[in-house]
Amino acid sequence: MKVKVLSRNPDDYVRETKYDIQRVPRNYDPTLHPFEVCREYTQALNSTKLDRVFAKPFLASLDGHRDGVNCMAKHTSSLSTLLSGSCDGEVKVWNLTKHECVRTLQAHEGFVRGMVVRHCGTSFFTVGDDKTIKQWKMEAPGYGEEEEPLNTILGKTVFTGLDHHQKDAVFATCGQQVDIWDEQRSSPIRSFTWGVDSFSAVRFNPVETELLASCASDRSIVLYDMRESAPLKKVIMTMRSNTLCWNPMEAYHFTCSNEDYNLYTYDMRYLDRPMTVHMDHVSAVLDVDYSPTGKEFVSASFDKTVRIFPKENGHSREVYHTKRMQHVICVKWSADNKYILSGSDEMNIRLWKANASEKLGVLAPREKQASNYSQKLKEKFQHHPQIRRIARHRHLPKNIFHESKELRIMKEARRRKERNVRKHSKPGAVPVVSEKEKHVVTVVK
Amino acid sequence: MARATKKKASKKSDKKRSELTEEKVEEKVEVMYDDEDLNEDDENITSEEEEEEDERKHHKLLEAISSLGAKRKKTLGERSEAAVQMSEFTVTAEGERDRVDLSDLIGSMEKTPGVTSRTKKQLKNLQKDNKTIESPLSRQETDRIQRDVAFQKAATEVTKWKGVIKQNQRAEQLIFPLNREPSGPKPIERVVTSWKAHTPLEEEIFSLLHANKQPIHDPILTPAEEASMKAMSLEEAKIRRAELQKARALQSYYEAKARRARKIKSKAYHKVHNKAKRKEFLKQFDEMVKTDPAGALEELNKIEMARMQERMSLKHQNSGKWAKSKVIMGKYDLVARKAMQQQLEVNKDLTQKIVTSLNAEEEEEEEEGGDAEVLPDFVNDAEQAVDPSNPWMRGKLSEDPTEKDMIVDLTAEEAPRAAEEEEEEEEEVKEPEEEVLLREFDERRKQRQAQEAEAQITVEEEDDDEEEEEEDKAADEEEAELSAFTSLFREKAEAAADVTDTSAQLEEGLTRIRTLEDVELLSVPQEEAAADEAPLPPPPAENPPPEPQKREAAKPKKRKRAIELKEVLTKEPKVIQVPLAPTVEDAEDADEQLDQRGLIKEAFAGDDVVADFLKDKRKQEDAGKPKVVDLTLPGWGEWGGTGLKPSRSKRRRFRTKAVPPPPRKDQRLPSVIISENKNSAVRLHQVNSLPFPFQNHSQFESTIRSPLGRTWNTERTVKKNIKPKVVTQMGAIIEPMAREELLKDKRPAAGRGGRGGQGGRGGRGVDSQRRHIRDKRAEK
Repeated sequence: MKVKVLSRNPDDYVRETKYDIQRVPRNYDPTLHPFEVCREYTQALNSTKLDRVFAKPFLASLDGHRDGVNCMAKHTSSLSTLLSGSCDGEVKVWNLTKHECVRTLQAHEGFVRGMVVRHCGTSFFTVGDDKTIKQWKMEAPGYGEEEEPLNTILGKTVFTGLDHHQKDAVFATCGQQVDIWDEQRSSPIRSFTWGVDSFSAVRFNPVETELLASCASDRSIVLYDMRESAPLKKVIMTMRSNTLCWNPMEAYHFTCSNEDYNLYTYDMRYLDRPMTVHMDHVSAVLDVDYSPTGKEFVSASFDKTVRIFPKENGHSREVYHTKRMQHVICVKWSADNKYILSGSDEMNIRLWKANASEKLGVLAPREKQASNYSQKLKEKFQHHPQIRRIARHRHLPKNIFHESKELRIMKEARRRKERNVRKHSKPGAVPVVSEKEKHVVTVVK
Repeated sequence: MARATKKKASKKSDKKRSELTEEKVEEKVEVMYDDEDLNEDDENITSEEEEEEDERKHHKLLEAISSLGAKRKKTLGERSEAAVQMSEFTVTAEGERDRVDLSDLIGSMEKTPGVTSRTKKQLKNLQKDNKTIESPLSRQETDRIQRDVAFQKAATEVTKWKGVIKQNQRAEQLIFPLNREPSGPKPIERVVTSWKAHTPLEEEIFSLLHANKQPIHDPILTPAEEASMKAMSLEEAKIRRAELQKARALQSYYEAKARRARKIKSKAYHKVHNKAKRKEFLKQFDEMVKTDPAGALEELNKIEMARMQERMSLKHQNSGKWAKSKVIMGKYDLVARKAMQQQLEVNKDLTQKIVTSLNAEEEEEEEEGGDAEVLPDFVNDAEQAVDPSNPWMRGKLSEDPTEKDMIVDLTAEEAPRAAEEEEEEEEEVKEPEEEVLLREFDERRKQRQAQEAEAQITVEEEDDDEEEEEEDKAADEEEAELSAFTSLFREKAEAAADVTDTSAQLEEGLTRIRTLEDVELLSVPQEEAAADEAPLPPPPAENPPPEPQKREAAKPKKRKRAIELKEVLTKEPKVIQVPLAPTVEDAEDADEQLDQRGLIKEAFAGDDVVADFLKDKRKQEDAGKPKVVDLTLPGWGEWGGTGLKPSRSKRRRFRTKAVPPPPRKDQRLPSVIISENKNSAVRLHQVNSLPFPFQNHSQFESTIRSPLGRTWNTERTVKKNIKPKVVTQMGAIIEPMAREELLKDKRPAAGRGGRGGQGGRGGRGVDSQRRHIRDKRAEK
């Protein structure tokens, strides 16, 4: 008599070597795995909570400057190098991995106003309050050698900003006018003026490399083409823009940081209204820098916080602050999209993670998969109130919290008043002006 | 004189002034000179009239002048005062108007020979034109225009990036840095730019590699390998391989069969075989005359040669030793007589003159005598053509005749050679079956790819060739006169295939056709009738019988299957017919009823509402009540089996009564139903408004409903689901977008790696879900 017994083929469950992955037999019958939405929802909720638990963005503080950090520059070819210039004319070169200063030089008398690394990464330029442009070698001078600039250009007026062309040996400065310089010459090859006598920032477009934009003291943003003899166009806003930054992946988009606590993202072709108004800061925004992927940007504000905005969102996804950080003057997003650097009034440079809860270092494949999965879950359930509440919750310093609350109240009051006025006036007499249009005064051709 | 100078001066200074001012000044200025010295030239120019009038004055003046400054040197005319009008060419216009017009100048222009007609024309046009030229724009305005133009230029330039930007925004995944190098081994010239073989050993190795066409710079693939990679994809290769395998198997099968056939010693078999071949050949030959006359002529020559040889020799004349002995035996032995007869027949066959297409009628007669193939064909055709509208009939038409052939063959074959010939037939049938298969391959391949088809044809030909060889060997052993046919074996084989192609499905095919025809024939009129007249459905049982009966008579009796199918056939029409008629009626009835109901409802609206409501409420209450749960499992703790019931005590033990629910909220509210399904605890976790990118609730719900995790999805789907939107490489500097991206975007319009475009923003959720579902299905 043949007796039937349960039997399994060992090939189905025994590994050939111990390095093989354990074979897990799966049955995808949906009846065996019920409550999929509920289970995934719970997972999403948990991972959102864990995200907040692990959100420790602050990595390091680089101290050494003897005055407020006024400007910073990323190295173009080395991720671990950062340059910073302070208000006492000192320039420091930092090694970010070791968190230490590798070189200090007295570049200018008075403020170092602007700093930029040449595209090849072998030298950098600084401009200062002493009306000079100086070019320095990236390498430290050898033993016994004096710290001397490669080249010094004496200008007629104070320079307030500086930027270098993406590929050519050309750089631009701004001050009383916007100048384009050839590196080989001591006088500008081109000067742009348009009825303004003071510019605060100038930036080359990294994609369409011949274009520039500058922020002027008459509350305007002016566009230039290096090849033309005259500026292209300018937009005048209600308040002055401090700096601007071009999107490195999208040729015609730039964002400017404004004195009216907002940031504005413009399409260069349609200056009559910004694409997005980014609001969250409670004081003047001093600096802005795009992430190298062009998906987000970081802004530094006088309200002692650093905020990260998705480029198409009106509100920030992240706010960084510490007790000791004072007015943040300059901010940079590292070229590998992982870190943020902020230089502030109280002489420190701070290193932050761009993604607050991200685990740094190499991830195992399963770890990576798990994080991707939880990321997708969070995305999927982001509209659910519980998850949204936790994901959006941020602790803010008391003053900023109250300030933002106050601003909200003020805004609401203004809106209410406008609404009432409209209600009690002839129809069409008080037109509805959108938030985007409100901040643009005019476009000058 | 004085006036002349005055005018000269005024002309000069007037150049840039407007005409209006000019005129005024002219009127005013009468005497505006202080120098008395005058030129003789000026004098000459003045008009004669004037000269006459002023002659006296002039003389007087001259005298006065000469008396005044006799000592002074005569100097050229100098002017110390600004004059209004002055002409460069000292041309003055006197008279009422003091201006020089363009017309004055043009008069002289026409006389001068050097001026072209074109310029003359232009000048004329100018003269006619009364418009004044607009004054140039102010500097601010020109600047503004320049700026505007420059801006437009810049804007169009940046707009070129639009495609790239849009694509990146829609991309499911972006991998940074964008222009990363592909992983894996790199060509050496890319790694080391200036590397050369220096040592003799290196040089030797390189020369060897060169000689063998091995890759020197690119260590990945040899040129041959690369070519093969380009030639076909993996799947195609697999299909191709499978086909080749099958072809090879068939070939070996043929070989074995040929070997077997060769070993057959039966003379009768070979005789029949050869005869069949010859017959085939003759048939083939007729076609050949039409298609390939040259080849046919050659064959004809060969046959003629064979005939001549036969006529020359005494081989089949029954004059040899063997024949003589047979003659002796023949008186008593039937077999011997037959053998002799056959010898003579062979002789007759070979010596007979070949009939070509010129006298086709005779041939036809011959063929009819040989086997009756043509006649049944016609009969069948006639039969089939009964219902031309029937697609089934038309489809089967091609198959039918051969089936008939076979029937006729089977029935008409003479008794004596039946056994042997049947064997032969079977073989013949089988052999072409494989060829049919091969041909099928061929066709499929042709559909897939022209190249492949060619390749396969070559394979097939090889097969054929090999067969040919085998057959050749077999034929060598046979008699010499048949050699003429052997070279034509391929055509014969094809012809055989043609015959057997159709005869392969013989038995099943015939019956099936009949039944299907029947089905068609029977069902169509019935259905029509049913559709036309619902109340009078023709009785289905009465209709079918006559035709099948006829066919039964026609059919050979040995087939049982046909009869079975016929039974099915008689049933089928009923099945088809029955539902059709009543459904129409029903639908109409139902509509009417509904209408009536609606009418009644309308008429007596609000009659039953209270009762309905109460009923509803009771239903809800009942639904809310907890049910008794029975957890008894038969067979536990006692005997199991069919028909056994668990004991009452056990049932009582495992039957759990639920706790009565809390009182309903609408318990004391008689006219209200409050749903108990709403759960306030759950509501906390629910989305209360439709989130932004979604356009309706179903979209959003469907995205939520589809799980992402690996518990519910296969590994590959999960991988696809959880693909992050932005991937960055650790420690890699992400450069701003380079201009090369623009070029890359222009070249391939679609299908950049990892950047498939996706639908609009609204449908994205749904899209992804659909994709997800599709994947799931595919993997199942």
